[in-house]
Amino acid sequence: MELLGKTNIDFIGMKKVSFVISAIIALIGIVGVIQIARGTANMGIDFSGGTSLQLKFEQPVTTGAAREALAKGGIKEVDLQEITDGNQLLVKMRKSTGDSAESVQAILRQGLPANPFTVESSTEIGPSIGEKLKKDTLVAVALSMLGIILYIAWRFDFKFGVAAVAATMHDVLAIIAVFFVMDKEVNILLITAVLTIAGYSLTDTVVVFDRIRENMHKSLKDPLKTVFNKSINEVLSRTIVTSLTTFMAAFALFVFGGEVIHDFAFALVVGVLVATYSSVFVASPIVALWEKAPVESEAA
Amino acid sequence: MTKGNTWRISLILIFIVASFVYLTPTLMTSLPSWWSGLLPKDKINLGLDLQGGTHLVMEVETQKAVEGSLDLIATDLEDVLREENLRFKRIGRLGGDKVQLTLYDRGSADTAQALVKKKYPDLEVLPIFEEGSFVNLQLRIDEKEAQARKDRSVAQALETIRNRIDQFGVSEPVIQREGINNIVVQLPGIKDPKRAIELIGKTARLEFKLVDEEVNSATATTSGLPEDDELLFEKNTDPATGAVTEIPIVVKKKAVITGDLLTDAQVRIDSQYNQPYVAIDFNATGARLFDQVTAANVGKRFAIVLDNNVYSAPVIRERISGGSAQISGSFTEKEAADLAIVLRAGSLPAPVKILQNVTVGPSLGKESIRKGLMAGLIGVALVIVFMGIYYKLAGMVANLGMVLNILFLMGALAALGATLTLPGIAAIVLLVGISVDANVLIFERIREELRIGKTPHAAVDAGYDKAFLTIMDSHVTALITAAVLFQFGTGPVKGFAVSLSLGIIINLFTSLVATRVLFDAFLDRVRVKRLSI
Repeated sequence: MELLGKTNIDFIGMKKVSFVISAIIALIGIVGVIQIARGTANMGIDFSGGTSLQLKFEQPVTTGAAREALAKGGIKEVDLQEITDGNQLLVKMRKSTGDSAESVQAILRQGLPANPFTVESSTEIGPSIGEKLKKDTLVAVALSMLGIILYIAWRFDFKFGVAAVAATMHDVLAIIAVFFVMDKEVNILLITAVLTIAGYSLTDTVVVFDRIRENMHKSLKDPLKTVFNKSINEVLSRTIVTSLTTFMAAFALFVFGGEVIHDFAFALVVGVLVATYSSVFVASPIVALWEKAPVESEAA
Repeated sequence: MTKGNTWRISLILIFIVASFVYLTPTLMTSLPSWWSGLLPKDKINLGLDLQGGTHLVMEVETQKAVEGSLDLIATDLEDVLREENLRFKRIGRLGGDKVQLTLYDRGSADTAQALVKKKYPDLEVLPIFEEGSFVNLQLRIDEKEAQARKDRSVAQALETIRNRIDQFGVSEPVIQREGINNIVVQLPGIKDPKRAIELIGKTARLEFKLVDEEVNSATATTSGLPEDDELLFEKNTDPATGAVTEIPIVVKKKAVITGDLLTDAQVRIDSQYNQPYVAIDFNATGARLFDQVTAANVGKRFAIVLDNNVYSAPVIRERISGGSAQISGSFTEKEAADLAIVLRAGSLPAPVKILQNVTVGPSLGKESIRKGLMAGLIGVALVIVFMGIYYKLAGMVANLGMVLNILFLMGALAALGATLTLPGIAAIVLLVGISVDANVLIFERIREELRIGKTPHAAVDAGYDKAFLTIMDSHVTALITAAVLFQFGTGPVKGFAVSLSLGIIINLFTSLVATRVLFDAFLDRVRVKRLSI
């Protein structure tokens, strides 16, 4: 079976449109990153410090009733979220309140005596851990970007390296943009998903680059745009097939994987989509723009 | 070709057998009796997020350890100067790194300086200076020495915590140092996390201090006390109402006996009131001191102080020479048992602060495993069906490679005794999708080669050869980010990185070697005109 026969789509020619779309996505992503850096985004307690509890009640519970009970006990600044399956309630408090998991449990036991609960999970994190995690995350992102540039610069050349990183950064920003717009929590699992997608996106980009390099050696006379378009079209069915299988796996996680990794799987799903887009519409056009003339044959 | 095939097939078979052998301890609830000797016993460990338990990150307040040792030096110097009949006004710690001796005249300051230099050669002696009618002598602990003490205090705290956890009885705990001042403790499957945390985090500095009977404790305030006294509280909990009462008690600052002179601590039950208490035994030094102090202070009260809380302050009725004593107070049997444990295991050299406490209940873990497996099975099914339809027989070869990939990955995880976390399961599910990529690359190449009219055999050879570099490149780049994740992640994230990196490496083998063998073996035996791809 074939999804696509021989295609001849002018991807490079679409760069005006694709660059505008990408710029908008990236811009939202940058705003998101700034909000994260300032700590004003919806930060998970692993970054901000604080307390979170997952409680399983015996009967259905509303956030309203729980909020009222907590307010009576003196806890006002609290995020509550219902989990639809199994009468569960997520309680999240950021730093400053200083109320520990213990007191939340005590207050809720007192405030909702008719509806006993068990603690499914409880997390308390001090602010210093969050600070360290922020630093570690920055180092991790910087290190992986550096590693990628160096490897691609070695295997291809510097321009390809920069373009690959630009495409990867684009994907990272796109995931952050989606999370920022949907006001989803930024936590360590999101960072993990983002770095995973960075690796995946790169794989996609490298496959396209590989073909471009191969075709550049084969047909030195063709205009660059033709070579690039030909290469992307040649690997297009692979790009789509791999994206499909990876998407299936990520989607299975998203639908069936459960509450704990729901957002994580969501980030992967979004990531797979944007990574596919960026390897075709972002990475190659950047190199094409940069390389006005065909590259002299690099010692491959 | 056939010869090459033989060793490749043997290699694959060896890997399959090895994976099953390594997975046996994980899959079987109990191993048969003949399973011994060289056969592996390690299994895939489940992370705390899957089996439930408590993960703690604690910071040792090492500065306090340095201050504590300076306090000890100050006390010791008091004794030394008294022995030498040198009069002094005060000896005490000054700030976080100095001990100051305040003496009355220059002559005794010089003598004291000589004494100090001999007794504590590690300490830096600052020049003597006069302040009003007094002469001050300051000792400073230098940066390096302070650092060494801090380092030692963390090592000691680790040992003590390990001791306490061993005595508390947790199966397979993880207790390790992280960074400079932090200690990570993992307690899998623990039922009463609150109790365990209290037990681990208690400093448990036990001191016996004489009560200052000349001061009226009830009206005493911190500011109006004599310089060598301090105000402590005895907390009593009414077992019926749970109400806490605090009784102020003024004691001498200087501890007569400390917890490090103990040899044993056991819970006993008072036969008269049916109240639990902790019976303690002193070593020879402790017993002698206890004997001396009780003899000299009959009729006075002796406060038993743990972490600056008075447990009880019984009146000394007579000289006690046996070297044993008891700590009673208003505690339950569990609390008494925990107190005995911390006293036996010894005190922490400095207080610890809990930075992170993640507790997962057992039911959430089971639910996570169930859902993770479910997602995995559905992911595998979707990919298998898709590949089968899209690439027909060749797709099934890729599917076989993918299944082998999962098998080898699980085998490798078991062989390494790695920890599987929920994100780790997610990584495996994701790998199901990613791992067919190498074969997709190869198959698309083969299709291209077939289109330009190559024979099936030549097309397969060319497909594998031409796709090789691309596959290497794409795997290395994916591995770079996975390795970074491994380096920086902790707990669940590390589990993710482990599964992902191993999976990527193994995938190179299954896609380049394992699936190729199938093609070659098939094409060598059967003369095919058309490839099912």
